[in-house]
This record gives sequence, structure tokens and C-alpha cells, in this order.
Amino acid sequence: MEYILKDKKSKKVIILLLLLDIMLIAAFLLPGLTPKNFHFFMPRRITKILAVIIVSYGIGYSSLIFQTVTNNHILTPSVMGLDSLYLFIQTFIIFVAGSQTLSQMIGYKHFIICVGLMIFAACILFLLLFRGSSKNVYFLILTGMIMGSLFNGMATFMQVLLDPNEFAVLQGRMFASFNNINSNLVGISILIIILVCIISVKDLPYLDVLLLGPENAISLGVDYKKLILKTLIICAVLVSVSTALVGPITFLGILIVNLARHMLGTYSHRSLSFGTTFLGILFLTGGLLVTERIFKFETTMSVIINFIGGIYFLYLMLKERKR
Amino acid sequence: MIAVRNITKIYGDKKVVDSVDLDIPKGKIIAFIGSNGAGKSTLISMICRTLKKDDGEVYIDDKELKDWKSNELSKRLSILKQSNFLNIRLTVRELVSFGRFPYSKGRLNDEDIRHIDKALEYMGLKELQNRYLDELSGGQRQMAYIAMVIAQDTEYIFLDEPLNNLDMKHSVKIMKVLKRLVGELGKTIMVVIHDINFVSCYADYVVAMKDGKIIKQGDTCQIIQSGVLYDIYGMNIDVQNYCGKNICLYYS
Repeated sequence: MEYILKDKKSKKVIILLLLLDIMLIAAFLLPGLTPKNFHFFMPRRITKILAVIIVSYGIGYSSLIFQTVTNNHILTPSVMGLDSLYLFIQTFIIFVAGSQTLSQMIGYKHFIICVGLMIFAACILFLLLFRGSSKNVYFLILTGMIMGSLFNGMATFMQVLLDPNEFAVLQGRMFASFNNINSNLVGISILIIILVCIISVKDLPYLDVLLLGPENAISLGVDYKKLILKTLIICAVLVSVSTALVGPITFLGILIVNLARHMLGTYSHRSLSFGTTFLGILFLTGGLLVTERIFKFETTMSVIINFIGGIYFLYLMLKERKR
Repeated sequence: MIAVRNITKIYGDKKVVDSVDLDIPKGKIIAFIGSNGAGKSTLISMICRTLKKDDGEVYIDDKELKDWKSNELSKRLSILKQSNFLNIRLTVRELVSFGRFPYSKGRLNDEDIRHIDKALEYMGLKELQNRYLDELSGGQRQMAYIAMVIAQDTEYIFLDEPLNNLDMKHSVKIMKVLKRLVGELGKTIMVVIHDINFVSCYADYVVAMKDGKIIKQGDTCQIIQSGVLYDIYGMNIDVQNYCGKNICLYYS
């Protein structure tokens, strides 16, 4: 039967991507190692690879489920202003507390406060969405876009007023940089990612049904509002984790989700969540190799990802217009 | 059975559905008729929980909507709305397979596959089962969606304007299938239809709405009468008996 054939095709692609990932990771981890420098290089490189894996899942899965919820293939959580909000929260904390907290910036406490505020914001957005009779998902996106611009503007305003030294610290975590990983957060991020995986694995078939639209989904027994709320909270947590680790990478989500959908040729969230994560690892490890070994740190990862992703985004827009 | 008590929906200060009470008889095709904006779709959306009601109760088999688990209810009651836009490419068979979701949660077993095959056969979609939905005509697509609802195998089926934009051939085919579902499998089917001649020829029971209220209900032959139809639609409709069927002439 055809859908079993399709399943086989997507499995093949997933295994192929996994093999490519392993090769690239090996190419990143192994070169230039000697018994002498092993203890210096290996932990640093492994931290980077761990961050790559966390960020790939965080951005990939959050973008995937966000696109399902909004029923739109060009949107990602950054459209809803979630990463702007995260940056705003960070700026705000530095602005209010000043340099005393700078030493605590990498600590758990700060991170958990930020994640908590992000979840709170996701709940507010959800309440806005379902208040009264308007339960239109586009209302949420519009709200998100306006809030996103607002937070961006306020963050910029505070940054201008900041002490230059404090601003330098802030700037360090606003541009995606795998050289500047918040390595203290890698442990707790892994824990959060594993928890999210366990919580969301049961939702995957329900998200498939959501693709048929809210009314059909309700008719088929999906608790629509609960699923949307849960999905938005998971998005908020995952965006927080990946933004906290390496800063915002705007176009990565669009890039990997749509490529995965195209390559796997399936709607199944189970397959696609593997596909997006593996593609993310592919792009980010590739990006690391290019920035570190070819450009010798002369450019940052976000420049490369946004360059490729931006071109792909334009391509998608032109394609959608034709439909 | 389905019992509706004092159900109300308000948009702004307009009562779109105004304190409606209704007992829906079992094992019949029940047609909801009335002008545009009379509240038919709103009423059935509230009964099927796809729209939140502002007041009142809906009892499905003596249990209020809020006491049902969504998944359990989806084995008793299904709804198909008018507009079905899909952002993904699905084959007919994949779509119909979704009808088994309440039972299988995405992992189809042998019984699910039997139901899917039966639903496809019922709608005459066997040859088209591996075609993509976006390659099909509007009529064929509507047949596929109805097949999904059949695969869901619920006792109560709500269809919101299933004949919308369809030609006569597909319309008749769909109505015949609905008749078979009621006759052979004992389903109860509630359907919103605008063409009252289809109502007259296929429905067993008619619920007529106007301005958010039910103004008439009864067996089809009692409702399809010139005088009654004037009260519902506010226009003169000539009803002629032709080969044992009441046919409405409303073209002049």
C-alpha cells in the first residue's frame, strides 16, 4: 500500500541524514587531536556538539509544531515574537539590576526566571487567542507580531541607555555564536529537552490530526484548546532553551522544517521531528566547520545560516504565491 | 439520543441561536432547513462541541457534553463542516484513515483497515483511493470526506451543507449513501440542506429554523406544504405532487 511505501521512503531519508550527521560530527570532533591536546580540545568540541543537538531539536521541533498549530508553512515561533521576548527579558534584567547581576548571568537562577516568564507569556497569548468569540489563529499571530516589534523596540531602547560594558556582555549573547556557548546551561538544557521529548511524544499523532483543521480535529476527538495551549508552552520552552544557549537564529527553523517536509514527503510528525532535528544538526555542524575551519572565525554562524535560510525563505514565498 | 435544552449563542447583542429546545429522533435522516443566517450551522456546531455554547445543555445519550471525554464522544458523534481547506497533500485513503483516529490513535490495526475499506467501498472510491485530494474534483473530494466520517463509525453524524457546490449526480449519490447508512447500519444523520427538493425526497424528519428559533418541526410530509414553507422562507412556494413525492416549485 502506498502509505507504507511512503513510510519506507521517509525512513530511508532519516537514516541517510543520521549517517551524514555522524560523519560531520566526526569531522568536527576528530581532526588535529593528539594525546597531548586531547584534554583541551575534546571537552570544548563536545560541548559545542551537544549545543548543536539541543538547538537543532529546540528550533526544529518548535517550528514544526508551531507551523501545524498556525496551519502555515512560512511561520516560526520567532514570528510570534518569542525570541524577541526572550531578548527583551534579558535586556530588562541587565537594565534593572545593572552590573551586579552580570556575574550571575550564566547561572541557573536567571535562566529559570527567563523560562518561567516565557511560559507565562505563552499562556497570555493563548488567553488572548481564545477570549470571547474570536478563536482565529491569525489573531494570535498578529498579536505576536505587534508584541514582537514592541519588545524589540523596548529592548533596543534599553540597550542604548546601557553602560557600554554591560552592553558588550549583552551583545555577546544576542548574536548566535557557538564560540560563546553558555556552557553552564548545557546540562539543564539537556534535562529540559529530554523532559519535553517525553511529554510531547504522545502528542505526535494528535498533531497529525490537527492538520485537518480545528473542526475535523475536534470531531475526531482531539481536545483542541488543550493541545494548542500545550503546544504553545512547549514552543516557548524550546525557544528559550535554544536562544539562551546560542542566541537567536531566525531562519534556521523555516529552513529545516520545510526541507524536511520536502525530503521526507510525509505529514507524520513522528518522522518529521526526527527529520528536522537531523537536518538541523547537519546545517549547524556544517556551519561550525565552515566558520571555524574555512573562515577561521572571521564570520559568525548566524550570518551563514541567515544567508542560506533567507534565500530559501524567498524561494518559499515565491512558490506559495504561485499556488 | 440527543436532547438539546435552552441552548443559546450570542454574537455581540444578537442572539444567533435563541433558547432552542430540541429532541432529535433516532435512526432517521433529519434535515435542518431555513434561510441563510437562521442559525442552523451555529446550532449543529454547538451540539457537536466545535463551537462553544453561551447557555443551555446538550445531552448525548443522557450525558451532558462537558461530562463526555472528547475521545469517547468522537466514537459516538462526528461532524463534517462545509469548508475543508488542507495545507498538506493527502491521498484519499490517508484521509479516510484519519476517520479511525478515535480508535487507533494513528496505529491502524486489522479492524481499522476493514472499516477503511468498507467506507471507501460505500462511497465508490476504491479506484480513487491512491489519488491525491488536490487532484480530485470538488464532488469527489466531498465524497472522500464523507468516507472519512463513515470510517469513524459513529452513531450520530452531522453534515453541514454536504451538497454545497455539487452537481446533481454527486448530490443524489451522497443522499443515497446517507439513506443506506440509516437503513442498513441504523445511523442517525443530521444534515443542513438548502435545496428543499432534496429534503422532500430523502429526509425523514425536518427541523425548520428562522431567526435563531425552531419554528416548525415534524415528518417531512407535514413540513413540505405551501403554507408551512411560507412561514419559514417568507415566499410563496408551489408544492406539486409528482409520482408520490412533493416537489417544490420556487423558481418564479
